[in-house]
Amino acid sequence: MLQFELWKKLLVLLIAFVGIVYALPNIVGNNDGAGFLPGKQINLGLDLQGGSHLLLRVDVDAVKKERLEDLGESIRRDFRGKKIRFSDLNVGSDAVSLTVRDMDVNETVQRIFIDYGNDYSTENEGRVYKLVFNEVGFAAMQTRTVDQSIEIIRRRLDPEGTKEPIIQRQGLDRILVQLPGVDDPEAVKRLLGRTAKLTFQLVDMQMTAAEAMQRGRTPAGTMLMDSENDDGRKYLIEKRVMVSGEMLDGATANFDQNNRPAVSFTLNSNGARRFGKVTGENIGRPFAIILDGKVVSAPTIQSQIFGNGQITGDFSVAETNELALVLRAGALPAPLIILEERSIGPGLGADSISAGKFATIIGLVLVAIYMVLSYGFFGGLAVGALTVNIILIIAALSALQATLTLPGIAGIVLTMGMAVDANVLVFERIREELAKGRSAIAAIESGYQRAISTIIDSNLTTLFAALFLYIFGSGPIKGFAVTLGIGITTSMFTAVMVTRLFIVIWVERKRPTKFVL
Amino acid sequence: MRLKLVPSDTSINFLKFYRFAGIFSSLLVLGSIGLFAIVGLNLGIDFRGGILIEARHNSGKADIAKLRGELETLGLGDISLQGFGTDTDILVRIQRQNGDEKAQIAAIQLVSKTLGNDYDVRRTEFVGPTIGAELAEKGIMAVVCALLAIMVYIWFRFEWQFSVAAILAVTHDVLSTIGLFALTNFEFNLATVAAILTIAGYSINDTVVVFDRVRENLRRYKSFNLVDILNKSLNETLSRTVMTSVTTLLALIAIVIFGGAVLRDFAIAMIWGVLIGTYSSVFVAVGLLSRFDLKQNDDDDGVETPQYERS
Repeated sequence: MLQFELWKKLLVLLIAFVGIVYALPNIVGNNDGAGFLPGKQINLGLDLQGGSHLLLRVDVDAVKKERLEDLGESIRRDFRGKKIRFSDLNVGSDAVSLTVRDMDVNETVQRIFIDYGNDYSTENEGRVYKLVFNEVGFAAMQTRTVDQSIEIIRRRLDPEGTKEPIIQRQGLDRILVQLPGVDDPEAVKRLLGRTAKLTFQLVDMQMTAAEAMQRGRTPAGTMLMDSENDDGRKYLIEKRVMVSGEMLDGATANFDQNNRPAVSFTLNSNGARRFGKVTGENIGRPFAIILDGKVVSAPTIQSQIFGNGQITGDFSVAETNELALVLRAGALPAPLIILEERSIGPGLGADSISAGKFATIIGLVLVAIYMVLSYGFFGGLAVGALTVNIILIIAALSALQATLTLPGIAGIVLTMGMAVDANVLVFERIREELAKGRSAIAAIESGYQRAISTIIDSNLTTLFAALFLYIFGSGPIKGFAVTLGIGITTSMFTAVMVTRLFIVIWVERKRPTKFVL
Repeated sequence: MRLKLVPSDTSINFLKFYRFAGIFSSLLVLGSIGLFAIVGLNLGIDFRGGILIEARHNSGKADIAKLRGELETLGLGDISLQGFGTDTDILVRIQRQNGDEKAQIAAIQLVSKTLGNDYDVRRTEFVGPTIGAELAEKGIMAVVCALLAIMVYIWFRFEWQFSVAAILAVTHDVLSTIGLFALTNFEFNLATVAAILTIAGYSINDTVVVFDRVRENLRRYKSFNLVDILNKSLNETLSRTVMTSVTTLLALIAIVIFGGAVLRDFAIAMIWGVLIGTYSSVFVAVGLLSRFDLKQNDDDDGVETPQYERS
C-alpha cells in the first residue's frame, strides 16, 4: 500500500495542477481566461449575481379560442358565399358547430371544410355539423405559439442582443426566462405582461355606445370596447381591422405637439396603402387605436394618413418607452402568465457572495485548527489535502460551468466539514493499529487498507442523496446538489490519494519506525 | 499533547441504554408525527404559493411598526412583516391572493409601491399555486427516492437486517426534523428539503461507518455474543463519530454566524440533523441491530485470531 507507484504520484500531481489551472481564473479575476489560462470563472447563479428568474405559461387556450372564433367567422362568410342556409352557429371551447337548413348540401359543406386544413376534424349527424379542433392541430399550434413567444420575449428583453438571457421552452407550454443583472424586475414583468396587440379600427357611427348598451345588442359586425384609462368609457367599434401591429415598420417614443409623451410609428408599404385607403374614405370619422383589446384613444381622421402616425394617450415617458419597445418587438401570439418569479437585486447577491466567502474561510480555519489539535502533523497533512479539495471543487465547478448558488456555497462549507471524515477514518484506524503494537509503516498501511471500504460505502450513500436532490431539485437547490456531489467526489480523491501521497513522501524521507498519532 | 474529546479506550455499554433510547425515540417520532398532524408546518411560499419581498431601508433603521400599519391597509390578507438579519432589512410575506396569477403580480406591485422610495427591494419571490404544488410533490419524491436508494444500496452491501435498521434510523431523523420544524414554526421551504436530504445523507454516512465495523467484528469474533460485538464496534468508532460530528458542526456554525440570513435556517436545521443523526446511528440503528438474529459465520475470509484484550 505504501508503495505508491511513480505514475500514481504523477497522476495526483497532474490532477492537482490541472485543478489549480482551472481554479485560477476565479482568483486572478479575469473572465477572458487571462489569455493563457484555459478555464473560465465559475458561473454564478442568479441568487449570487442578481437577476430575474421567471417561469411563464403561454396561455395557449386564448389562441385556441381566437382560432375558433376566426373559424366561425370564416364559416359564416363561406356559407353565405355558397348560399348555404344555416342556424345555431356556435363557437365552443374546442369546436364550432352549426345546423344547416337543407338536407342536400353535404357535399358543398365538406368541400368548404376541407379548405380549412387538417387541424380540424369534421363530425356530421344529420343536419348538424361539428368542426373539432383536433389534437394534431392543437399540438402544432402549441409548438408554434410557444416558439413565437420565445422569439418575441427575446426581442423584448434583449433588443440589442447583449444581455445573454436564457429563454428556454419547458414542458409543453412553459417558458423559463433567466435574466442576469436586472435592476428593475417590475419593468421586466411589465414588458412581458402585455401581448401588445395593436389594431386600428373605425368607430361605429350607427349609434352611440350608450345606445347599444341600452339595446343590449350591438349592430352586426361591431362590438363594445373599454377604454384603456379606466374611466369606464365604452366605445362601439367595427370589428373589421384597418391596420394591425404586424404592419408596423418601427415605433419610437417621443412627444406630441402639446409636449405630452407619445409613441410615433411608421407603417410598412402594405400597411400604409391600407391605412391611406381607409382614412381617405372616412375623413371626419373617428377611428380607435386599440391595444390589447382596450381603446387607447379615438382621434378623428382629419385628412388622409399614409405611413406615419402618433399614438397619444394618458402615458408617462417610461410607459411610452416601454410601449415603443414592445411594438417594435411585435405582439405576443398569446398572453403570458407568470407562474413563478425569483428576483434578486445585485446588492443582495454581492452581500451573499462576501458572506459565503467569509463563512468558507472561517469554516476552513476552524476545521484546520481542530484537525491539527487532534492529529498534530498528520492533521496538518489533512488540512493540506482539504485545501487541495477546495481548489478542486472550484476547478470542477469552473470547468463544468456548473452554476454556483447560495445553497451551493453552503454545500462547499458542509463538504469541508465532511471531507475530513475520510481522513479521520484513516487516522483513527492507524491509531488503533498502532495501539495493537504494529510498526509505524504497517499501521499506516493497514489503516488505509481497512478504512477504504468504509470510506467508499459511506460516501456513496451521501452521493445518492445528492443525486436525488439534483434530479428533483430546482434552481438554487440543484446548485446545492451539484456542489455537494462534486465535493463528495473530490473529497474521496483527496483523502485517499492526496493525503496518502503526503504521508508516503513523509515516510520515504523520515523512515519512521515509531510515531505518535 | 493531542486534543482528544473521546479517550482512545472507551468501553461504554451503549446497548444498556437500548430500552431508554427506544422509549425516547418512539416518543420523539410519535410526537413529531403528532405535531405535524395537529400544528402542521409553517410552509413557505415555495410550497404554499405566495409572495416574499426582502427590502432594505436606504437611510437607517426600518420602521417596522409604521410599515406594518401601511401594509395592512392594502387589503392583501395575511401579511407577515419581520426584520431580517440586520435592523435595516425587512422581509414581507404575503399569502396567496385570491384569483389567478395576475392578482399575485398586482399584489407585488402594490407592496413595492408602498415600500416606496425609502426602501430598496433586494429580493422578490413569487410562487404561483400550480408551481407550489409541483415543488411539494418533487420534494416528497426526492426524499422518498433517496431513502429507497439508500436502503437498496445497504441491502446490497450488507445484510437485509442492516438495511432495515439503517432505514428506520434515517426515517427517525427525517421525521424528527419535520417535528422540529412543526414545533419551532420555522419556515419549511425548498432549502429545508435540501437540509433534510443532507441530514439523511449525513446520518446514513455515520451509520454505515459503524455498520462496517460491526460487519468486520462479526467475522472476526465469532465466539462473542452479538451485544458485545455491537458495543465493541461502537466504542471503536466512537472517536471517529465524535471527531466528524465536531468538524461538521464547526463548519455549520461558521455558516450560522457568518453565512448571512438566507442560509441561517438551513444551517440550523443541519446542526440539528448532525446531532440527531449521530444519536440515531449509535442508539437507533445499532440498537435495532441488536434485536435481529445476525448470522456470525457467513463469511470466512479475513478472519484473524481473536485478540479482544482490553488493556
